[in-house]
Amino acid sequence: MKTHLPPFMSRPGPAALAAALVPALLLSGCNPPGASSSSSGKSGAPGSAAARTWVAPGEKDEYYLFYSGGHSGQVFVAGLPSMRHISTIPVFSPYPGTGYGFDEETKALLGDYAWGDVHHPALSQADGLYDGRWLFVNDNANNRVARIDLRDFKTRQILGPIPNSSGNHGSSFVTENTEYVLVASRFSVPLPKGRHADPADYEKEFNGMVSGIKVDPSDGTMSVGWQILTPPFNWDLGSTGKGPSSGWAFWTSYNSEMAHETLEATSTQGDRDYAAVVNWRAAGQAVRDGLATTLDGVPVIAPAKVPGVLYFLPVPKSPHGIDTDPSGRWIAASGKLQPVVSVFDFEKIKAAIDRKDFTGEVRGVPVIRYESVLEGEIPVGLGPLHTQYDGKGNAYTSLYIESAVAKWKLPPWTAEEKADLNKVILDKIDVHYNIGHLVVGGSDTKEPYGKYLVAMNKLSKGRHLSVGPAQPESSQLIDITGEKMEMLYEAFTEPEPHFAQILKADAIKPIEVYPKAGSAHPHAIWDAKDASITRRGNTVEVKMVAIRSRFIPDRIDVNEGDELVIHVTNVEQTTDMIHGLAIAEQNVNVIFDPGETKTLRLKIKKPGVFPFYCTNFCSALHQEMQGYLAVKPKS
Amino acid sequence: MIKTLFSRQYRFLRRPLGLASRLLLLAAAAALVGAVFLPLWKIHLVAPQYREGLALRIYAHKLVGGNGGQDLHEINTLNHYIGMKPLAQADFAEMTWLPFAFGVFGLLALRAAFIGRMQSLVDLGVLFVYFTAFSLGNFYLRLYNYGHQLDPRAPMTIEPFTPVMFGSQKIANFIQTSLPQSGALCLALVPVLVAAAMWCSRGETLPES
Ligand SMILES: [Cu+2]
Repeated sequence: MKTHLPPFMSRPGPAALAAALVPALLLSGCNPPGASSSSSGKSGAPGSAAARTWVAPGEKDEYYLFYSGGHSGQVFVAGLPSMRHISTIPVFSPYPGTGYGFDEETKALLGDYAWGDVHHPALSQADGLYDGRWLFVNDNANNRVARIDLRDFKTRQILGPIPNSSGNHGSSFVTENTEYVLVASRFSVPLPKGRHADPADYEKEFNGMVSGIKVDPSDGTMSVGWQILTPPFNWDLGSTGKGPSSGWAFWTSYNSEMAHETLEATSTQGDRDYAAVVNWRAAGQAVRDGLATTLDGVPVIAPAKVPGVLYFLPVPKSPHGIDTDPSGRWIAASGKLQPVVSVFDFEKIKAAIDRKDFTGEVRGVPVIRYESVLEGEIPVGLGPLHTQYDGKGNAYTSLYIESAVAKWKLPPWTAEEKADLNKVILDKIDVHYNIGHLVVGGSDTKEPYGKYLVAMNKLSKGRHLSVGPAQPESSQLIDITGEKMEMLYEAFTEPEPHFAQILKADAIKPIEVYPKAGSAHPHAIWDAKDASITRRGNTVEVKMVAIRSRFIPDRIDVNEGDELVIHVTNVEQTTDMIHGLAIAEQNVNVIFDPGETKTLRLKIKKPGVFPFYCTNFCSALHQEMQGYLAVKPKS
Repeated sequence: MIKTLFSRQYRFLRRPLGLASRLLLLAAAAALVGAVFLPLWKIHLVAPQYREGLALRIYAHKLVGGNGGQDLHEINTLNHYIGMKPLAQADFAEMTWLPFAFGVFGLLALRAAFIGRMQSLVDLGVLFVYFTAFSLGNFYLRLYNYGHQLDPRAPMTIEPFTPVMFGSQKIANFIQTSLPQSGALCLALVPVLVAAAMWCSRGETLPES
């Protein structure tokens, strides 16, 4: 006869438990927290990399990661530490998934362009901290800046092409209180734009520009505040100041040689390139004082005539990043072609400016003496690109050529460290492969989160299931809480993250439906009985309701040659009750979130009967959510 | 014999009310006022995709959906699939007079508190119990009709049902829970307070004897 043990008897006894615990303790003893280890393997034991990145089903991540999507024209949203992709925010490119670029409002946002090149996202700030209102991104290709509202994660404004500015790479850098989004031109062109000049006359005819894009503090509306004319250097990356450097901003450049062809060789001849040191408060004041001239509708400052707004600072050859630390005193610039990071002391920069400690000038702009303001050159390794800070006195520099991240100690340094700056390099970790940018949450604020670093690598080289020759990019999550950096996880994205921002999840509380009460859309209708079809001449205007599981009206009659305008309101007020409207063979694909009203407009070019249907699976009878657009031929 | 019984009954009904009884009647009037403003009943629906649930609160004078009123729209949107009539406050004629009915009972309680005798308590108690039974019956009938008068052209055909009035039941993917709320408790308190008032004055002597 089989006997059943009471449940507690069938559990492992204390001896068995102890036996299981001992090896676990021994293992964890080998890996003190923060130690570089290979425990990122398959072990899910507490404290392992797997356990630290595990966000169980139904649980939520601790941080948002906003990646730029490069030439996809989008922003990707992932969670940290899971690295799970959560959402894609279309900005400069149509995105059928959310109907972006198909309705009249987003078509107008995109303007004449079907894509953009998103490089550097920047969160809005108040008093040097993220305030969770907006995310700004730049378009390197078409000279634009966009504002994403973090209330609903939607692109709300695209400004540009910015006059007199070309190749908007040196952007988006937000000032301490979001007074400005700062922008600098990567590609110089003859100004004003539209003017022809021979590229052989580059040095004479072409110009670069640094622009202050003013942000309306109430609603975030952007406009061009001022511009500063510069020589045709290729402005690259920048950052804004705070603390002692409050009111200032910095950009690196490559090609201070002002070459115009075979830049790979011609622009890499000098040992140094120039960084721009810009007093953006003085620039704003100069415009108010009437010291600017208008070019293409924008106030432009000639820096030779308005002293105090622009200085040049020599930095190591072909630099990329120039990053202000959370205190605002230390500025790290790295030259891709020299294996060092130059650390400048802003207090010395200020002193050098005050006592005119210049080595000369370029087109009337003073050049600050490098030796007077340099704190040290740190031999971090090969191909240093970009530096981030953890707020605990450490800096992290990406090493493109070495495929690594170097961790080093910010000043002040001891005499011994100063004598041999190799000593301030604290750690190095390999990444896979060829890291471009890296991000530490809040590095550009006064108080970085300092928990995770995400390495955005340019090459993934088959570290994933093979998908043929077009390969994704890889991003790697690194724990920076310990003395040693620790690789936790890697994820793959579509092309191509250039930079990212990390935001604490509880810093924002996005809405999940557009409240009926707050709807101000002039064409919104909330009741099926207000649905209508009105003809005015050759224009047929429809006010339509979308609700589970029908469109009202679900039949629209028009004539060939008519102009059809449909305003659709999704009257649902339930989270995730999204509907879409696709019209077969009419290139119509509009998606409406709960409570949203969108307008689509199309010219009816061919007779026939065209089914329309809901694209976004909404309910058990989603498939039945359909109707007909009947088009009578021209008689 | 019968005459004696009636005469004893008559003497009982003419008994005056003591202070404690009068205070209890004031409390009953207050409870009735409370019932006008507090929710009487709550219907709650929970399904896998509605984890926080959809709530519907029934007041004497209004129907209020949870989540800022949104849950009522949602319940109606869902109910249209089974052909249930949309729940609309306008269809509840009783919501126009129910607060007045409570008011009338409140006034009766006040009247009894100030000038009443035992017989006013009996009137109040009997009328109120009758009224409550009628209202609960009416409520049940409402629920029955909503669950049975289903549009035969609805997308989904389901067996007609009666939404549960007390407790929980499963309807398709939903668990429906229906329970009285603070307003209903106030109403339940009224007969208890009246009975207590009668009990307290059971020994009062007739003034003329
Ligand atoms: Cu739908």
